[in-house]
Amino acid sequence: MTEIGLGHYLTLGAVIFSIGVIGIFLNRKNIIVILMSIELILLAVNINLVSFSIFLGDLAGQVFTLFILTVAAAEAAIGLAIIVVYFRNSGTIRVEEIDKLKG
Amino acid sequence: MEILILFLPLIASIISGFFGRYIGDRNSEIVTSALVSVSALLSIYVFYQVIVNQYEENIIIATWINSGSLDVNWSMLIDPLSAVMLVVVTTVSSLVHIYSIGYMSHDPHKPRFMAYLSLFTFAMLMLVTSDNFIQLFFGWEGVGLCSYFLIGFWFKKESANAAAIKAFVVNRVGDFGFALGIFLIFYLFGTVNYSEVFQQIPTVVDKDLSFLGLEVKSIDLVCLLLFIGAMGKSAQILLHTWLPDAMEGPTPVSALIHAATMVTAGVFLVVRCSPIYEYSPLILNLITIVGMTTAFFAATVALVQTDIKKIIAYSTCSQLGYMFFAAGVGAYNVAMFHLFTHAFFKALLFLGSGSVIHAFKDEQNINDMGGVWKKLPYTYALMVIGTLALTGFPFLSGFYSKDAIIEFAYLRGNTTGYYAAGIGIITAFLTSIYSWRLIFKTFHGDYNNKNIKIEETHESPLVMLVPLFILSIGAIFAGFLFKGLFIGHGGDNFFWAASIKFLEPLSTEHPPTWFLLLTPCLVLLSIPIAYYLFVKNKDLPNAIVSINKPLYNFLVNKWYFDELYEILFIKSLKKLGLFLWKFCDGTIIDGFGPDGISSFIKKCSLKASKFQSGFIYQYAFVMLLGFSALLTFLIVK
Repeated sequence: MTEIGLGHYLTLGAVIFSIGVIGIFLNRKNIIVILMSIELILLAVNINLVSFSIFLGDLAGQVFTLFILTVAAAEAAIGLAIIVVYFRNSGTIRVEEIDKLKG
Repeated sequence: MEILILFLPLIASIISGFFGRYIGDRNSEIVTSALVSVSALLSIYVFYQVIVNQYEENIIIATWINSGSLDVNWSMLIDPLSAVMLVVVTTVSSLVHIYSIGYMSHDPHKPRFMAYLSLFTFAMLMLVTSDNFIQLFFGWEGVGLCSYFLIGFWFKKESANAAAIKAFVVNRVGDFGFALGIFLIFYLFGTVNYSEVFQQIPTVVDKDLSFLGLEVKSIDLVCLLLFIGAMGKSAQILLHTWLPDAMEGPTPVSALIHAATMVTAGVFLVVRCSPIYEYSPLILNLITIVGMTTAFFAATVALVQTDIKKIIAYSTCSQLGYMFFAAGVGAYNVAMFHLFTHAFFKALLFLGSGSVIHAFKDEQNINDMGGVWKKLPYTYALMVIGTLALTGFPFLSGFYSKDAIIEFAYLRGNTTGYYAAGIGIITAFLTSIYSWRLIFKTFHGDYNNKNIKIEETHESPLVMLVPLFILSIGAIFAGFLFKGLFIGHGGDNFFWAASIKFLEPLSTEHPPTWFLLLTPCLVLLSIPIAYYLFVKNKDLPNAIVSINKPLYNFLVNKWYFDELYEILFIKSLKKLGLFLWKFCDGTIIDGFGPDGISSFIKKCSLKASKFQSGFIYQYAFVMLLGFSALLTFLIVK
């Protein structure tokens, strides 16, 4: 058994981040999935912060993580609210049908 | 107060032109007529001051151009010459304003019409009261512009538009010469103010100048160029073609612009520049020749025209010829005198003919009139007065001024002088014949109109007749009253003071008695002749016509001037214009310029807008790509 070191945590963070990013680009169905992907990206960042905080012995990183969690919660709430309103207005939240910005 | 004379018409024009829609037709008619009438009364007061108190002033209103040695003011020069013009312009203008209320009563665009009339009055006043050539040119172009507006007033009529454009274009030819003249004056004298230019004249008399490869005396060149401008505005032969066509405009316009005021601007210019012209005998002779040719030419054409307004238009042309040859023989004051009296009786004739046209419901052909003198007693009487005055019937205004012109031409004592006097007498006879032809054909003989019954012709309303009465008073008495003042044989030309310069005093001799009696006799004789020809024995003119068919055609077609110009200039210039418009402007400049660039940009942006798919995730992906590229770049660097 090898010792679980900083590299492993950072790799996990990077993997989650990539999943989030790819989730945004490759998702063609539902806008809620995009919201979830954004959550994943934020969590990946959190993992990075926490692991650095532990390995460097600096508590600030963990405090900062708590802030990010709060903000993420608020952001999720607002995002969902926007989606609800959007659904009311246009009757769909399918990603390929949301193209009002089209030139 | 002098400033008011100048600006009341402008204010009237602005009110009627911009606010006519809000204040209504009737109010704009009243406002313009009232303001211009006030201006006329003030002008008469100024004229009175000038006569009695030798009042003279140069009022500077504002500085216009002050650049290097070029110093031009907006100004109002009051001297005897401009005072005379002030009276003529504002009086006739106010009467025409009032007359128009009646004449244009069926027209839907009254405020516009009144605004143009007032604007014209303003421009004309700017022209006559200027103390420099630049403001003169401003007024000159201003009246040209208003003339264009008013000829084309009935813009739905094809012929009116064509006539308006013709007037404008022909005037451009003259104005080009005029502008060159002003440039040359500035080049020679370094100033464009009258007083300074006139002072320096003697210093450049002997200077030569190279022009188009020819050595000419500079003073001759200045005079010639200014005279070309005057020819254009005053419809002298070669540049006269626009005036008869200008009759497409409403009749009050013809009376005001194309008879009494604007067309006399050329004469005014020559008289105003008498200190220059006096030093150029060559050009003075040219003016005499052009003037008498015009007088004779127009009178012959007027003999055979059938349109009542065109006859009077040619008559105007002919009378302007008289004024020019009066100026040409050095009798500037007589030219002004004829201008003054002519304004009254010609405006009277035009407005009278307007009254006739009104009575016949827009019929202008004199062959379709006749026998209505009992139905239109006032118009008839007034037209007869106008005709008598025009033909120079003894003791009416035309008698004094026209005979004076012929006398002075005779007294000039050189070949052109005698020649001009001879032509003048013949023309006076012709004038008399065609004027009486107009009267007899219009008012006497049988009733010839098939469109409306004789019972339906009606006398004009009072608002049209009153201005005619006032003008007829002028036509009768202006000559008698002002003879002493304008051309008094007392010899000292007391009235004109410094506004007209005579290098040598005018001859004060009297021509022989037989010469003095010749013109009035011919004029008197012409009345029974005309009566016999056009009322008693109508077959005789027709017989004469059929014998002299080529001559008749020559006259009816106005000496073929229009046709000649068509071949010489218009066709080729029109082709050139079309080429420049369609090919150079349309294809090349627009094609590669504005149109080309805009269509190119439009194509590009159409392509670019395809990038805007509207899918957020694509935008985000592009952002990510860009961000990674930037990051990579920064790290690698």
